[in-house]
Amino acid sequence: MAASRNNPEPVAAEALPLQVDDVVKRFGAVTAVAGVSFAIAPGACFGLLGPNGAGKSTLIRSIVGRVRLDAGSIAIFGHSVSSAAARADLGWVPQELAIYPLLTCRENLQAFGKYQGLRGRVLHDAIAWCLEWAALADRAGSPVKTLSGGMKRRLNMAAGLIHRPRLVLLDEPTVGVDPQSRNRIFEMVEALRSAGTTIIYTTHYMEEAERLCDRIAIIDHGQIIAEGTKEELVSRSFGSRSSVTIHVGATQIDLAAWAQARGGTAQDGVVHCSVERPSEIADLLEAATHDRLEILDVTMQRPNLESVFLHLTGKELRS
Amino acid sequence: MIGTVIQTSFRALRRDRGAFVMSFILPIGFFTIFGFVFGSMRGSSTPRVTVLVVDQDHSDASRVLVAGLEHEPSLHAITHPGPTRENPAPADYTAATAEAAVRNGDAPAALIIPAGFGANPVAFGPGGQRPTFTILHDSSDPVAAQVVAGMLQKTVMTSLPATMATMGSQYFDREVGGLTSEQRKQMQLGLARLRQLQDQQTQNGSTAGQGTASIANSAPDNGGIVAVNVRDVVGEKKKSPMISYYAAGVGVMFLLFTASGAGGSLLDESDSGALDRVLSARVTMTALLLGKLIWSALLAFAQLTIMFLWAALIFHLDFFSHLPGFVVMTAITSFAVASFGMLLASLARTRGQLAAFSTLIILTMSALGGSMFPKFIMSDAMLRVGYFTFNSWAIEGYQKIFWRDEPIRSLGPEAAVLLTSGVVLFLLARWFARKWEYT
Repeated sequence: MAASRNNPEPVAAEALPLQVDDVVKRFGAVTAVAGVSFAIAPGACFGLLGPNGAGKSTLIRSIVGRVRLDAGSIAIFGHSVSSAAARADLGWVPQELAIYPLLTCRENLQAFGKYQGLRGRVLHDAIAWCLEWAALADRAGSPVKTLSGGMKRRLNMAAGLIHRPRLVLLDEPTVGVDPQSRNRIFEMVEALRSAGTTIIYTTHYMEEAERLCDRIAIIDHGQIIAEGTKEELVSRSFGSRSSVTIHVGATQIDLAAWAQARGGTAQDGVVHCSVERPSEIADLLEAATHDRLEILDVTMQRPNLESVFLHLTGKELRS
Repeated sequence: MIGTVIQTSFRALRRDRGAFVMSFILPIGFFTIFGFVFGSMRGSSTPRVTVLVVDQDHSDASRVLVAGLEHEPSLHAITHPGPTRENPAPADYTAATAEAAVRNGDAPAALIIPAGFGANPVAFGPGGQRPTFTILHDSSDPVAAQVVAGMLQKTVMTSLPATMATMGSQYFDREVGGLTSEQRKQMQLGLARLRQLQDQQTQNGSTAGQGTASIANSAPDNGGIVAVNVRDVVGEKKKSPMISYYAAGVGVMFLLFTASGAGGSLLDESDSGALDRVLSARVTMTALLLGKLIWSALLAFAQLTIMFLWAALIFHLDFFSHLPGFVVMTAITSFAVASFGMLLASLARTRGQLAAFSTLIILTMSALGGSMFPKFIMSDAMLRVGYFTFNSWAIEGYQKIFWRDEPIRSLGPEAAVLLTSGVVLFLLARWFARKWEYT
């Protein structure tokens, strides 16, 4: 994808696509974002993961300039998020289908293009590119309400990119779509990456983050609790250890305390631990038998992003 | 199962507190409006008719009659305009100034007491030498002339007992072929007592309060004890007196609903996330609201235009010769109602709230402002309250153009009120729309 349109303000050569510094946002007594800082390098795909209520949505709305910060600052290519330059450089694809249901695909793109200041030939070309990119050229004249769920999602994405921004924020773009449409959306995202667009990607699907993102930040309780590549996150959480998952039957003992005593966590009858060598599983099983735990199932696997998330937040990502 | 459906519906309504409260306030509020309009707070179901009284006779009898009319509870008799800063002691109405005032819409009727009334005030039966009263009438109020004529007959009878007796005795004397001197002497004594009573009544205004007079026999013919001629001075050449009134009245009422609905698109877009997306682009809240306002005003303009074109086609309203005035009135009315719709939408939190809130306010304004009931059936108090509604000002403006054939410059008060209201309401809408701007 090409770079953005003419930028009226001079931008320092070293300006990063996104620079978030000590951002704080409170709603009454609740601190939704508690001093978050991170930066994204040009051309990167940055995954932002967090359980529900972690402050992720507030952070996203802060990045798109829809939240008044209590402290800190956010800059897009060196410009304040409220500036016209930042708005021109940022494309936002919200989680909701924020499109006009009674308008056609082309009319939607036309409207959002004009809201971004596009006119004439530039707008015409941008609409053509978006329809092609979203594989909706043959449905350009169809009203949104007649489209499938996947098509609506793709149009929702296209509407956020109509002005060809250099930084794109994709907020759970695959939520509620079938596997085929999801693959199509992956292809669209990968096409953006190939064109050098910087991407912020939020999702509840770990496999999406693992497939698409260079770097990942995990946010919980309003703070970034881990950030790095997938390998770095796994290594920091587990080292070279493998994760062991033990499903146990109903028991009278405090399973969480039992798991904690062995460096793990427990939730809903499932114990998550880690071992350096496979032979250490025998010790776990022996302890379980000793404490009269009924073992239903045992699995061991190399840790992945899901394991890291669970390890750091104590919650399933999709819970 | 059915209980669960009821319970779920109740919970949903209860959660939307605005809609919940409105669903109970709406019928009570509207009932109260109807009560005010038809029940009247003064305990009388007949509103007072304003009538300008011109005394061309200046006799004792005419002064007594004017005093009687002024104390008649069904009439609001005025003999001179209200004082102003420029003219603190205005002169009494003349036939010309009263006719001009009726044409201007200051009153629906004027009564001219003719010269010679005092010399020959009443007659029994048609014909005779009596002078003829004139009622100058704005025919957009079909009730006023009849009320004034009826009240005139009644007031003459109740306020001029001595005159009635004198004329009656003269009639009797003439018809029986002359009275004896003794009979004539007794009659003069009785008439003297009646004149004394008439003077007292004039001073005390005691002809009033004798119950609301029936207007059933008030047709302006010469069958009463005074002769009356009714002349339409406004709309005498118009075919349908109330068409322009209701085209404006009904049109404005539905315009208000349309504007509320158009403003409600903000709530829909807020719910869908489209509003957030638009505001995260290069669109400011002010620009967004202005765009919605202009769209809503254009829609309202088109609606009113179609309404008046329909009135021209079906009811022969003279639309095209009043086109410039129509354009001016429709533009300012559309702007005002569009601003009103923006304000309602910015105040509401949900579509349900907006629907309930706007229904209450719009129906109330329409009832008070003359969109539902003609103004001439409303009491003075209700008419005064009506000045706080768009409907009243818009109807008045359209009546000036279509009914009284007044020039565009006469729309100054209506234009000033509607434009100022529109600006103020839009600024308020912008203020309340801050809730969508940032969190």
